[in-house]
Amino acid sequence: MTPHLTARNAFIAALVLALFLVPVYAVWIGNNFVLSLFTRIVILAIAATSLNLIMGYGGMVSFGHAAYLGTGGYAVGILAFEGVTSGFVQWPLALVVSGAIAFVIGILSLRTRGVYFIMITLAFAQMIYYVAVSLNRYGADDGLTIYRRSQFGGLINLSNKTVFYYLCLVILMGSIYLVWRIVNSRFGMVIQGSRSNDRRMRAIGFPTFRYRLACFVIAGMICGLAGVLLANHTDFISPAMMHWTRSGDLIVMVVLGGMGSLFGPTIGAVALLVLEEALPYVISVAGRVVTGHDVATAKEYWQLILGPMLLLVVLFARGGIDGLLASLRRG
Amino acid sequence: MAETLLHIEGVSKRFGGVTASENVSLVVPAGELHAIIGPNGAGKTTLIGQLTGEITPDAGHIRFADADITALPTYQRSTLGLARSFQITSLFLDMSVLDNVALAVQAHDGHSFRFWRPARKQESLRAPARAALARSGLASRADVPVADLSHGEHRQLEIAMALATRPRMLLLDEPMAGMGPEESARLVALLRELKKEYTILLIEHDMEAVFALADRISVLVYGRVIATGKPDEIRVNPEVRRAYLGEKDVVARHV
Repeated sequence: MTPHLTARNAFIAALVLALFLVPVYAVWIGNNFVLSLFTRIVILAIAATSLNLIMGYGGMVSFGHAAYLGTGGYAVGILAFEGVTSGFVQWPLALVVSGAIAFVIGILSLRTRGVYFIMITLAFAQMIYYVAVSLNRYGADDGLTIYRRSQFGGLINLSNKTVFYYLCLVILMGSIYLVWRIVNSRFGMVIQGSRSNDRRMRAIGFPTFRYRLACFVIAGMICGLAGVLLANHTDFISPAMMHWTRSGDLIVMVVLGGMGSLFGPTIGAVALLVLEEALPYVISVAGRVVTGHDVATAKEYWQLILGPMLLLVVLFARGGIDGLLASLRRG
Repeated sequence: MAETLLHIEGVSKRFGGVTASENVSLVVPAGELHAIIGPNGAGKTTLIGQLTGEITPDAGHIRFADADITALPTYQRSTLGLARSFQITSLFLDMSVLDNVALAVQAHDGHSFRFWRPARKQESLRAPARAALARSGLASRADVPVADLSHGEHRQLEIAMALATRPRMLLLDEPMAGMGPEESARLVALLRELKKEYTILLIEHDMEAVFALADRISVLVYGRVIATGKPDEIRVNPEVRRAYLGEKDVVARHV
């Protein structure tokens, strides 16, 4: 993998640079909303990157990945509520619990394939969702406000929005690097071989189940870390963090950006969430230009535009946006 | 007499009312090329499935190199040195030819919980993989995506992957299937080379190949072994001729 100057690499470099410059831009226009939006984008890109590890490289289409976002978030929220605000306790514990839950879900779901796997992972995520709903002490349906972000003994101040953004971005880059190392290692070869032809893998001597399970746990832990960041970002946890539609969003990000591509999930997260913000605005402006007066309700139909866009990507760009960029060189 | 490598003892398997294997017993000594023939539906695929561990027999035992492997999972049989090629080509289509074989090498080079170093740069995997490719005549195709290979080359790659697992015995499930005469001839030549080094259990429809290669032949009909013997004995066996009624020329032609 030697870097060459292709349209795709130039685009990815520009995207990473742009992500690093977001706080500068936010200061320049004096608007904190952009920084907050991109903090959320970067956090969900971490979650999508972890989903890509099992879905894009391992062929395990988990429809319950948001459960780990919730697990990581609740670990932080519950500990903070009980008076434990140290990040040195919160974060490792969140990772361990996320990993343990992924281990249990994996052991039971990885024996199945295809639609059954999708349904079992969804069912487990729903179970965890309803456990959160039933936690009356911790706000049940309404959720729980976190009054203090994770404390790192003065090492790093997460309440500083710029510092927090850069921390999230560094963790995103770290996750992508980690996935890159993993998928090209011996372990990654087993995971990809198992996606391609599991029966053959067993015939040449691989006990594939344990490798797939380990991969599932790693992805769950990375996503749990994203949940930790999300809770610190919103200063709030609620069962909505792990609603099944959130799992769907993560799948959309991966597919839209490019399954089995390192930067695909990040591209997908940026594309989806920026469109989500921009489309209503574009519609209302266009509505005013066309009709001559405000059509405030029109912008509620932004999903009518997003839907067909997703459809076009899935139908005509199998490798997502990243695949499209890669094909430019050949074209 | 060479030591017995594979010993099938009274293996039976029923699917509902259908008996796919009925008290099958078979002994393959080390160094032998043993062929299994039989008409369609004779239970050849079921037998292979039981040898590789994808199907569990209802009764009987399978011993390989003095270990009872009847209940062993597939991957452990491979670790013991029992390698198979698939009747229907079963490869990693989205990887390169060399990657396919390197995976087979990796499977027998310790555990794969190694998360950091790039596997494609490890000579300990690539060199044996290249050797196995050279052995099966695919050296020049190492970097081609598997999806771009011809059917005949797919069959060669099947064998290269089996060889890369450093097996003690090869189970070849219809390696000639779907091959043209020229490709078949090349594969027969390859198998003739391999039989000098490996014990081989060959399941094959191509009678010409079987009678040219086999040291001994077992004939499977309706799940039962009706005859086992040297090619000359099988040719003149009246029961075998009856089983191949309608296509008895098939056997007779090679007298």
